[in-house]
Amino acid sequence: MFQIEFENQDKVVGIDLGTTNSLVAWMNLTKPEVILGADGDKLVPSIVSLAADGQIIVGNAARQELIDHPERSIYSVKRLMGRGVGDVREELKLFPFRIAEGSESVIRVVLGEKTFTPPEVSALILRQLKKNAEDALGCNVTKAVITVPAYFNDAQRQATRDAGRIAGLDVLRLVNEPTAAALAYGLDKRREGIIAVYDLGGGTFDISILKLMDGIFEVLATNGDTHLGGDDIDNRLLRIALEDVKSEWGDDLAHIGEAVQTLRQCVIRAKEALSFATSAVIEFDWHGKQYRREITRELFENLITDIVDRTLGPCRDCMRDAGVTPEQIDEVVLVGGSTRIPLVRGAVEVLFRARPHTELNPDEVVALGAAVQAGILSGAVENQLLLDVTPLSLGIEMYGGVVSKIIHRNSTIPASAGETFTTGVDGQTNVLIHVVQGERELAKDCRSLARFDLKGIEPMSAGFARIEVRFLIDANGILQVTARDARTGREQSIEVKPSYGLTDEQVEAMIEASIDYAEADYAAAQVAGARVEADAILAATEKAKRSDAWHELASDERQAITDAMNRLRQACHSEDHALIKAEIEHLNEATHTLAENMMNTAVRGALKGTKV
Amino acid sequence: MSADYFAFFELPRSLALDLKDLEKRFYKLSRQWHPDLFARKSPAEQEQALEATAVLNDGYRVLRDPIARALYVLKQEGFDVGEQGTKDVPPELLEEVFELNMALEELRMGDTDALPQLAAARTRFEAMRAALDADLGTKFAAWDAVHTPGTLTEIRALLNRRKYITNLIDKASNVPDRI
Repeated sequence: MFQIEFENQDKVVGIDLGTTNSLVAWMNLTKPEVILGADGDKLVPSIVSLAADGQIIVGNAARQELIDHPERSIYSVKRLMGRGVGDVREELKLFPFRIAEGSESVIRVVLGEKTFTPPEVSALILRQLKKNAEDALGCNVTKAVITVPAYFNDAQRQATRDAGRIAGLDVLRLVNEPTAAALAYGLDKRREGIIAVYDLGGGTFDISILKLMDGIFEVLATNGDTHLGGDDIDNRLLRIALEDVKSEWGDDLAHIGEAVQTLRQCVIRAKEALSFATSAVIEFDWHGKQYRREITRELFENLITDIVDRTLGPCRDCMRDAGVTPEQIDEVVLVGGSTRIPLVRGAVEVLFRARPHTELNPDEVVALGAAVQAGILSGAVENQLLLDVTPLSLGIEMYGGVVSKIIHRNSTIPASAGETFTTGVDGQTNVLIHVVQGERELAKDCRSLARFDLKGIEPMSAGFARIEVRFLIDANGILQVTARDARTGREQSIEVKPSYGLTDEQVEAMIEASIDYAEADYAAAQVAGARVEADAILAATEKAKRSDAWHELASDERQAITDAMNRLRQACHSEDHALIKAEIEHLNEATHTLAENMMNTAVRGALKGTKV
Repeated sequence: MSADYFAFFELPRSLALDLKDLEKRFYKLSRQWHPDLFARKSPAEQEQALEATAVLNDGYRVLRDPIARALYVLKQEGFDVGEQGTKDVPPELLEEVFELNMALEELRMGDTDALPQLAAARTRFEAMRAALDADLGTKFAAWDAVHTPGTLTEIRALLNRRKYITNLIDKASNVPDRI
């Protein structure tokens, strides 16, 4: 009777799947809010570790594993998303990724005795965030908005969406990180204006320029570098420290994973301190030896000037593409932990001639914005709309390897383009289309996306077939291709061969394989849900105990209710959702008379107040 | 694929447009059709929203740019707007083009004396383009007032010439960084 109907409406969460840290947030009524993990921390470090017993450890708990068992742990996996081995050769020199043999089209990383693709590793992080959200909200979480760097290409976006699917999430939308940050920042504060979002994260740099008009956020242009971030700064300090240690101790630690990981944490601490102090000390203890090195802010700034400068070119290009001058920029928003560095803030201030916004925590702002976008999709947030763009031009390889651009960069998405293809040889029955992404003239200098094979074309003389192909970039920035025979109007079959990343079949297989995890998650979610329900009925009963109706009960009835409440409280400490449910039912039965009495009291009260 | 952009924006087919008004229409239609507003609808409705928004965005891109808009109108009116005519040097530009190519060649050989010459050429071409744009503006208004096919033929010729000059400006501006 006191049971409250729980609406089985899934909540849509917003997820920032970051290089260094990941976060999950939701719309708590009208305000976006970051959800805490079980350890009370908002940030879930993007570290995944496979324990010797096969258990997967994610986040803060994996931090120590990364130091103790670097060969069973991985961090910064975002750098590998949607990339081929050839793309990451440079990274491999700086990051301790162990790539499995035979990783030509899809990279597989080694953790202990197992191998994982980057989307699978990301899925483990997403699964942790999903669980955190389910525990905190007490309901199933199956729908999410996930953010990606604005400058991510199609393959990187596909890989992120695959990760979501593998984690059991229906990814309603991929949102660009800088755009999400703009959403998080006071929307009603300013009705019109030009906003620049400067996002320097752990591994990627994005710059986006938006026009805000009556709740519409129209991205004018975006630019960036998917290989530039705080990790690069860490690597500079790390290299110095390793050289110092080598000359001081005569030991080269560069090849000892454990030592490098420990030292990396030490230089990161010093780097972070330098954002607030004018000098900091790198303190590193290793097997009884001590290394101490003072770094002044001046030295630090000299070390990283060129890294900061590398962000300025894309900023200028972005302003040019957006057709705005620095004077026209009304507000600047800073995103990403690296924007805490005073040198970065100074450079941004000089470039845009505006004092940057720093009210929101740069680590959280993207997740908060993702939650706002989740609210837009679920209908909880009204009147706001995001119009985003594609960061890179889409083109087709023509004869001679030249690219013909069909959708230009900075086009508002969804965007489409149509092209008609024909055969070049008599009797030819298929046509291969090579689609690339990038700004260069030659296909070999662009990013290969996929090869589309138009199959089953009716054999006829060369040049007679007319296949109309439509390229459509959807609101996630992901390409969809459809084709039809212009003469017959029939849909033309296409076989898609992605150049990098997973085929649909591979993703399906991974979803299949992850069901074991999913069952464990589902059980946890059910327990959390039952507990929320129990809390509600217990609270309602407590309240009823203070009413007149309670005193109208026989003493054994009162005792039965008190007993049932105690048993339910006990059950809530277990992990058995069926037990909690059963005790809820018991309490419900025990309170039957009480509920009736209360109802009668209410009716009497209501009748008293009315004139019959 | 063959949606009429003007019809989608509820505008008459015209060469001159008020960009503020076009933007207002774009925002209004975005609020009507954007896929974000259809996330809780059926797959069929989502598909429809995606298609409509793609047309809307493609259309806005074409209509807000006067040159792309003019080419679009020409195509809709049955004109062929292929690449022809842009390769041949317009006779009155022959001398200019010859000098530009000479200057670029000198520069390639490492002779920086050609730099001021290039800058001057660029200024001249830009002035030519500005004059041409003014001319186009007049023609646009003329066609909008009375839809005479002859006006469109003239516009097509002007657009071809404009494209040629724009290529020259790009050539004159695209001076290699390292000399």
